[in-house]
Amino acid sequence: MVERQGIRGLVAHLILWVGIAVVAFPVYLAFVASTQDAASIANGQMSLLPGGHFLETYTRTIFVGTSGSTREPVGVMLFNSLVMALVIALGKIAISILSAYAIVYFRFPFRMWIFWMIFITLMLPVEVRIYPTYKIAADLNMLDSYAGLTLPLIASATATLLFRQFFMTVPDELLEASRIDGAGPLRFFWDTLLPLSRTNIAALFVILFIYGWNQYLWPLLITTRDDMQTIVIGIRKMITTSDALTEWPMVMATAVLAMLPPVLVVIVMQRLFVHGLVETEK
Amino acid sequence: MQKQSVFHSPLLPFLLIAPQVGIVLVFFYWPALQAVWQSFLLQDAFGLSTTFVAFENYAELLQQPEYFNAIVRTFAFSALIAGSSLSFALLLAVMADKPLRGVGLYRTLLIWPYAVAPAVAGVLWMFMLHPSLGVLARGLRNMGLDWNPLLNGNHAVILVVLAAAWKQISYNFLFFLAGLQSIPKSVLEAAAIDGAGPMRRFWTVTFPLLTPTIFFLIVVNIVYAFFDTFGIIDAMTGGGPAKSTETLVYKVYLDGLLGGNLGSSAAQSVLLMVIVIGLTAIQFRYVERKVTY
Repeated sequence: MVERQGIRGLVAHLILWVGIAVVAFPVYLAFVASTQDAASIANGQMSLLPGGHFLETYTRTIFVGTSGSTREPVGVMLFNSLVMALVIALGKIAISILSAYAIVYFRFPFRMWIFWMIFITLMLPVEVRIYPTYKIAADLNMLDSYAGLTLPLIASATATLLFRQFFMTVPDELLEASRIDGAGPLRFFWDTLLPLSRTNIAALFVILFIYGWNQYLWPLLITTRDDMQTIVIGIRKMITTSDALTEWPMVMATAVLAMLPPVLVVIVMQRLFVHGLVETEK
Repeated sequence: MQKQSVFHSPLLPFLLIAPQVGIVLVFFYWPALQAVWQSFLLQDAFGLSTTFVAFENYAELLQQPEYFNAIVRTFAFSALIAGSSLSFALLLAVMADKPLRGVGLYRTLLIWPYAVAPAVAGVLWMFMLHPSLGVLARGLRNMGLDWNPLLNGNHAVILVVLAAAWKQISYNFLFFLAGLQSIPKSVLEAAAIDGAGPMRRFWTVTFPLLTPTIFFLIVVNIVYAFFDTFGIIDAMTGGGPAKSTETLVYKVYLDGLLGGNLGSSAAQSVLLMVIVIGLTAIQFRYVERKVTY
């Protein structure tokens, strides 16, 4: 900033490129492995340059799947992951924006009680109450269903708090104005508040989509049928204990496919992603 | 904190809030209470009868050296993961905070690992460092190191820490960069005029002003190391070899699932809740105070 950059600038560039290399190398290697034949990987003689099996491996992974372990094509798993991530993101946003609206714009008995009741859920991730939640999902007949996969993960307060925070900054005059225009509470919500919340909704969507896509422990317990697996679970099951049977090119192709959607979301919607990350952590 | 002008309606607010309250009650409070209740019960080996044993599960748990080891191990994991990831991310953020060409590109290239699932990160690192087929493991072997995370506990720990820290770099980097950019440039210029070189400026001005960010990130990283490493551990080591990578959360999972010891698993869950609430409380206390020196 004060001194001329010169050599120091060069060092900074260098360090940043080393950082990028460290961050990218494992993923590059996964991609390279997914384009080579299984035998050379199993021998530990893998080359560091892409091989010629790209199309073959990926079509087999997506449409056929590994024969021994998961028995389902990865395409099915991708679909399950997509449904799970979308339902979690949209569901959480929908129920949170409604309850935040009620808490900020209405006076009703037990208002603060309910607010605290929702707030406390922030503190305990699903990992902590995993078996009781599992039992309840089983009692409600939700094993191996999309409802069971998603509903328990929707039960948290991050989004509610974010919307509450945002609604508090919306000027009171807007409410007065639409009231003079004869708008009721639902009309005000739909015509004024929802359009104003667009950026926050989009940012939250990015964060929650990634959160939903990357879930591991809960889907691991709740899904027993192969055709309900998400891709993150599927990949784990492809790695068999006896190394000889693991089809590494397909495992790595699955890893690449599992990373692609959320990583694309982050890169394409970078601004919203950063906004959402900073907002939800406040 | 409330709005001056509000709507009045006897029924509507309850309708609006019903979906969230319903889900929270069924999938949060009910299971959380069950966990607490179950932690006071003892089930026989066949699940045929249960008896109320008050704090016996807790007492037994706290006497087990095994549980004590898991606690120490989990905090050691947290320290290693937070320490390595934070320092690397801080170095990168300080570099990216300089007025360089292409900083926007650097940022994009550094933040995307946030989106990689922990379990997938585990698989990637396992593949690189797998004793028989890993590319990096081959290198280590050539250097004369007998690298084998499948048999050597310390190697397994290093493996899990590497994967976990790798995944967390982007998150830490983003928050460090935001923290650095909020430091007023005038302060740094004043220090420069007083003759402080870049290193000195960093340690006497930038670093102290960054303490709120650092503190916030330490708490976040500890919570991350507690919970989000589950996927990494399950994909890489399954808690082994010889329990060397069995953290508290992983132990809850194993004891409940494979061991079938639900009472003990529930007691562990409750203790975990207490630890997390403690950590969150520390975080909130800090958020209130906004410490800078």
